[in-house]
Amino acid sequence: MDFNRIKEKLNILADAAKYDVSCSSSGSNRKNKDKGLGDAGNGICHTYTEDGRCVSLLKILLTNHCIFDCAYCVTRKSNDIKRAAFKIQEVVDLTINFYRRNYIEGLFLSSGIFKSPDHTMERLIAVAKKLRLEENFNGYIHLKSIPGASDELMYEAGLYADRLSVNIEIPTISGLKLLAPDKKHEDFIKPMLKVKNEIIRYSEERKIIKSTPKYAPAGQSTQMVIGATGESDKDIMYSATHFYKNFKMKRVYYSGYVPISTDSRLPSLGSEVPMLRENRLYQTDWLLRFYGFSVHEILDADNPNLEMDIDPKLMWALRNLNHFPVDINKADTRMLARIPGIGMGSVHKIISGRKYRNLNWEHLKKMGVALNRAKYFIICNSNDWERRDLDASKIKGMILQSQNGKFKNHYSNQLSLFN
Amino acid sequence: MNSIKTLVYDGSFNGFLTAVFIGFEQKLTHADIQKKGQLQSGLFAETETIFTNIEKAQRVWNGVRNKSSSAIKNIYFAFLSEQNNMEGLLYRYIQKLMGSTYKGATDYSDDCVLKINSLAQKVGREKHRMEAFVRFQLTKDEVYFANIEPDFDVLPLISKHFRNRYADQPWIIYDVKRKYGLYYDLQTVEIISLDLTDIHTNSLEKSAVFTDSEYEYQDLWNNYFKSTTIKSRINTKLHVQHVPKRYWKYLSEKKEAV
Repeated sequence: MDFNRIKEKLNILADAAKYDVSCSSSGSNRKNKDKGLGDAGNGICHTYTEDGRCVSLLKILLTNHCIFDCAYCVTRKSNDIKRAAFKIQEVVDLTINFYRRNYIEGLFLSSGIFKSPDHTMERLIAVAKKLRLEENFNGYIHLKSIPGASDELMYEAGLYADRLSVNIEIPTISGLKLLAPDKKHEDFIKPMLKVKNEIIRYSEERKIIKSTPKYAPAGQSTQMVIGATGESDKDIMYSATHFYKNFKMKRVYYSGYVPISTDSRLPSLGSEVPMLRENRLYQTDWLLRFYGFSVHEILDADNPNLEMDIDPKLMWALRNLNHFPVDINKADTRMLARIPGIGMGSVHKIISGRKYRNLNWEHLKKMGVALNRAKYFIICNSNDWERRDLDASKIKGMILQSQNGKFKNHYSNQLSLFN
Repeated sequence: MNSIKTLVYDGSFNGFLTAVFIGFEQKLTHADIQKKGQLQSGLFAETETIFTNIEKAQRVWNGVRNKSSSAIKNIYFAFLSEQNNMEGLLYRYIQKLMGSTYKGATDYSDDCVLKINSLAQKVGREKHRMEAFVRFQLTKDEVYFANIEPDFDVLPLISKHFRNRYADQPWIIYDVKRKYGLYYDLQTVEIISLDLTDIHTNSLEKSAVFTDSEYEYQDLWNNYFKSTTIKSRINTKLHVQHVPKRYWKYLSEKKEAV
C-alpha cells in the first residue's frame, strides 16, 4: 500500500466530509458473527476533534468529484479545489485497520455524485458489501443515500448498512431552488421513502420469522443547514417534525452554516457560524423527542424564532405561567418534565425519591436540579417558596442575572468596559 | 456487640463481601472494613482479619441481587472505584438494602444512596472512556497491544466488550498503574502480569516491538484527526472536557500535543 498517496487522499476526502455532522454509531444491535471482527451497539466516541465534536466513525467521501453545483457545498462543481477518489479496496483496508486499533466504531461513507446517482450509489454499496461479506466486518456502517438513486439500489444498501441518510440540507423548498437549482426536492424524498417502507416491511416480517435479516437497523437520519437562506426557527422545526413523523427519522441534525464561498446568495466569508442558534435548535429537538412537547407549543406564527438568551423550555414556561407553580411531590411525570431546570434524569430521581419522603429544596439540589431556574416554578416540602407575584420579564431578568453561560457575550447588550 | 470493629480483608471483591457477611453475622451497626496493607486502626478499635470465603461472599451477592439487580451493579462498580472509605459506605448501603423499611436502591433522597450512585456512575464513565481510548498497536508477533492508566480499576468491566468485539485478533490490554493486564488468545481472556521495560506512550520515537506499518497507520489516523477538524469552530474547552489531558499520552492523535 502506498501510504503517502493514501494520506493525501485521506486529507482531501476527510476534509470534504467533515461538514456532515452526524456521528452517531448507536441504535444498531449487530452482533459479532462467527468470531469475525466487530460489533455495533451503544456507540462509543473514540476521540473528539478540537472543535469539540465526537469522532466515532471514519467519515470520508468516496470521491469529491461532483456533477452538481450546489452553492452551500464545498465540493460543488465550480469550486476550484483539489479532487481525489478512493478505490473501493482502499476504503475497506483503511476501515479494517483503523477498526482493529480501536480508533473507530465503523465507517461513514458519503460521496460527491460522479456520472450519475445510480453509479455513485452502486460504488457505495460495493464498499459496504465487501466489508460485510469478505471481511466479516460487523461494525457500524453509515451510508449516504444519494438523491435520485433507484429503489433497487436503496433496497440493497439497507441490507449492508446500519444507517442510511439523505441530507435535505435546505429546510424550505424555495431555499433549495435558490441554492441548488439542479436538484429536485422529490429526489431527496424518494430514497427516504423507499428505506422507510422497507424498514417497516422487515420489522413486520421479523414478527413472524425471527431469522429475517437485518435491514438498516439504526434507521435513517437527515441534516439541515442552518442560517444559509434566512429561514426562521419555525421553518426548521416544523420541517424537522415533518421528517420525524412521516419518515420515522431517528435523528435530524442541525448544522450551522460555515461560510465557504463568496456566492452572493449566501452569508459572506468570515461571518460567524451560528453556534448558539444551533444549540437552541437541538434543545428544542430534545424537548420534542423526550419531554413530550409538541412543536406548536414552542414555535408558532406569533413566535417564529427561539429566544437566544434563554433555553426553549424556559421560554415556554414564561409564556405559560398559568401552569405554575408545580408541586414537586404531587405532579405527574409530564408536568415535572416541563419545569425549567429539571431534566429527565432529575424527573426519574424525583419520582423514585418521593416514594420514601416528601422532598425539600435540599433533596432537589443534591439530585442535581438547577434550582436557579426551577425555584420560580415549583413548591416543595418547605415553607420557603417564591411568594412575590412576579411577571415573566422579572423572572427572566433574575434568572439571567444568576447565570453565567458560555454564550453570554453573544446576547448581552451591556457594553464591556475592558475589551 | 455494637461497638466499632475493624475488619481487615485482602483487597479482593470476594474478600470484601466476606467481610460484609461477618459484619452482619456479628450484628455490627458500624463496620470499619479496611484493605490489608492500608490499615489505619483506631485507638480502641478491635481488629479482625477476614479470610476470603467464596461461599459467604456468594450468599451476600445473591442476597443483594434478589433485592435489586441495579443495586448489585452499583455495589460492584463503586467497589472498583478504590476510593477511601468506600467500604464503610457500601456496608451502610447494603444494611439499608437488607433492612425491612427500604424497598429498593432508588431512594434518591438518601445521602448514602446518592453517594454510591455517583461513585458507580464515575466508574461507569471511566469504563466507557477506556472502551473509547484504548489504542491498540500491532506488535511484530501479531498481537494488538495497548497500555492504559485508568483512574479506577476498570479492567474487569471492559473485558467482555473487547472479547466480543475483537474476536478474531489476539490482544493485550495492560494497566500500567495496577500492573496487570488482560490477554486474549482467540479462545479465552486471561489475567496476566508483564515485565514491561518501557511503557508505550505515543512518543514520536518508534519502538522496534511494533511493525513498520503500525506507524504508518498511526500517521494516517493522526492526519485524519486533523483534517476532520473544522477550524472556524475551534472550542478547546469542550475538547479538553471530552478528552481530558491525563489520557493524551496514550492517544496517537495527540502526539504533537504531549
